Amino acid sequence: MSWTDAVVLALLGTGLAFYAAGSLGLLRFPDTASRLHALTKADNLGLGLVALAAALYWGSLAVAAKIALVWLFAVIAAGTTSQLLARRTRLDEARLHEPHPDAADSARDGGPR
Amino acid sequence: MTLAFDLILCLMILGTAGIALFVRDALAAIAFFIAFGNLLGLAWLSLDAVNVAMAEIAIGAGVTGVLLILARARLLALGDDAASAATPLWLRLGALAACAGFVVLLAAAVLSIPPESGLDRVVAPLMPGLGIENRVTGVLLAFRAYDTLLETFVLLGALVAVWSLAPAGAWPGRPADPGMADAPMRRVAGTFSQLLLPVALVMAAYLVWAGSDLPGGAFQAGTVLAGGLFVAAMGGAIGLPSSDRPLLRAALVLGPAVFLAVGLAGVAAGGFLVYPEGMAKTLIVTIEYTLALSIGVTLALLVAGTPVPGAAGPNPDGKG
Amino acid sequence: MWRVADWFTLAAIFLLLTVAAALVRCWRGPGPVERIMAAQLAGTGVIGVAVVLGTARGDAAFLDAALIGTLLAAVAVTAFVRGTPKPRAKG
Repeated sequence: MSWTDAVVLALLGTGLAFYAAGSLGLLRFPDTASRLHALTKADNLGLGLVALAAALYWGSLAVAAKIALVWLFAVIAAGTTSQLLARRTRLDEARLHEPHPDAADSARDGGPR
Repeated sequence: MTLAFDLILCLMILGTAGIALFVRDALAAIAFFIAFGNLLGLAWLSLDAVNVAMAEIAIGAGVTGVLLILARARLLALGDDAASAATPLWLRLGALAACAGFVVLLAAAVLSIPPESGLDRVVAPLMPGLGIENRVTGVLLAFRAYDTLLETFVLLGALVAVWSLAPAGAWPGRPADPGMADAPMRRVAGTFSQLLLPVALVMAAYLVWAGSDLPGGAFQAGTVLAGGLFVAAMGGAIGLPSSDRPLLRAALVLGPAVFLAVGLAGVAAGGFLVYPEGMAKTLIVTIEYTLALSIGVTLALLVAGTPVPGAAGPNPDGKG
Repeated sequence: MWRVADWFTLAAIFLLLTVAAALVRCWRGPGPVERIMAAQLAGTGVIGVAVVLGTARGDAAFLDAALIGTLLAAVAVTAFVRGTPKPRAKG
């Protein structure tokens, strides 16, 4: 097994460990916000390491660029959805504590629109 | 090793499908359905059917998921609790028995097909005459183009059917503004969609171009375009057009119309949908590009829903 | 010893199992947000499987499928976080 193969396997293994950490975090963390951390950070880091391993193993620059694109958009999408989900969670929690949901809601999340 | 992968995948597909069917809460069912669509896409990949996998991931896990989520939101707004009633046990067992029986019949039929009698051997010698390498595209747009032509009109018909549900006084109008009410969400979604829409456009153009020789094609490209358009509408970057804008109607009809025109012109070359010698690839690529545009706009409007009275987009002129 | 491609196939199996673990959260998750998060993790996992499987088989078209999955993953979540439109129609 050459050095490249060893590096590829090491990266692959580390990426898988992060994926496992992401799933484990989603299962075991106590509340929504912490689960969001597991979802956003661990999984995408795992994807990055796995993608790096795949790109190294493939050896072609064009394919490596495509793999990099996949990871880049995954990260951007994850960053956006984490912000949106966190905001949604916050709005839901606020709504739970409102005495009159209809009146307060249109004031709280109506906004200028 | 691949067998282990396929077995685990099959179990997960059956599991998610079963849960999606029987769970009571609508959102749980939708989430499991999206996971099911993704896993089914993986199954197609494992079978080396990349064209179908792309379509499954884009449509099954992408657009249909959005459609279901929006439908649930509308149900909740109407006061429905978006949960299924409990089905009696005998009904579930009966359905399970019927489906299992059907699966056994289907498996027996598929396994009895001799391996050499696939369509590949028939199609392969005909491909050089077309000038494209992707056999799926060859079948869809050359050998069985009639079916694809009808499918595009069916899609247009589905949009007309959705539009026909508009309440009186709302026609012709805009669909309800899908933008977000909450200002921070709107900003985040807006920024994201300003990045996503151009990328989706490039990706769609690439998929149609690659679809000639590599896996890809008009339907997959159109779905990616629809996703980009709808996210842009949700982020407030574009507004949804009113149904009577001529440019919109032109975009909707362009794909099927070009397809039909090429088909009719083919009568001069020998028959309906016959491509003249040497022009097959050009015509196929032209049809696919226009089709991708029409499919993208049609799907985005399907997801957006019926026109509602008094709806106004964030830009009064809308998307021209 | 296995070839490197076999290790990639093993990685695909492992990633499938992490997706299965996420789906447990989809089943249990006490609220709609948890379920959508689990669906999203399933999506990221499936993209990982597509990349890894494509590497094992040497087929670059799998990466195009993964790219499509990435682009459309955020659409469902964005549609979900809109929340329930108010009974009075917007605009």
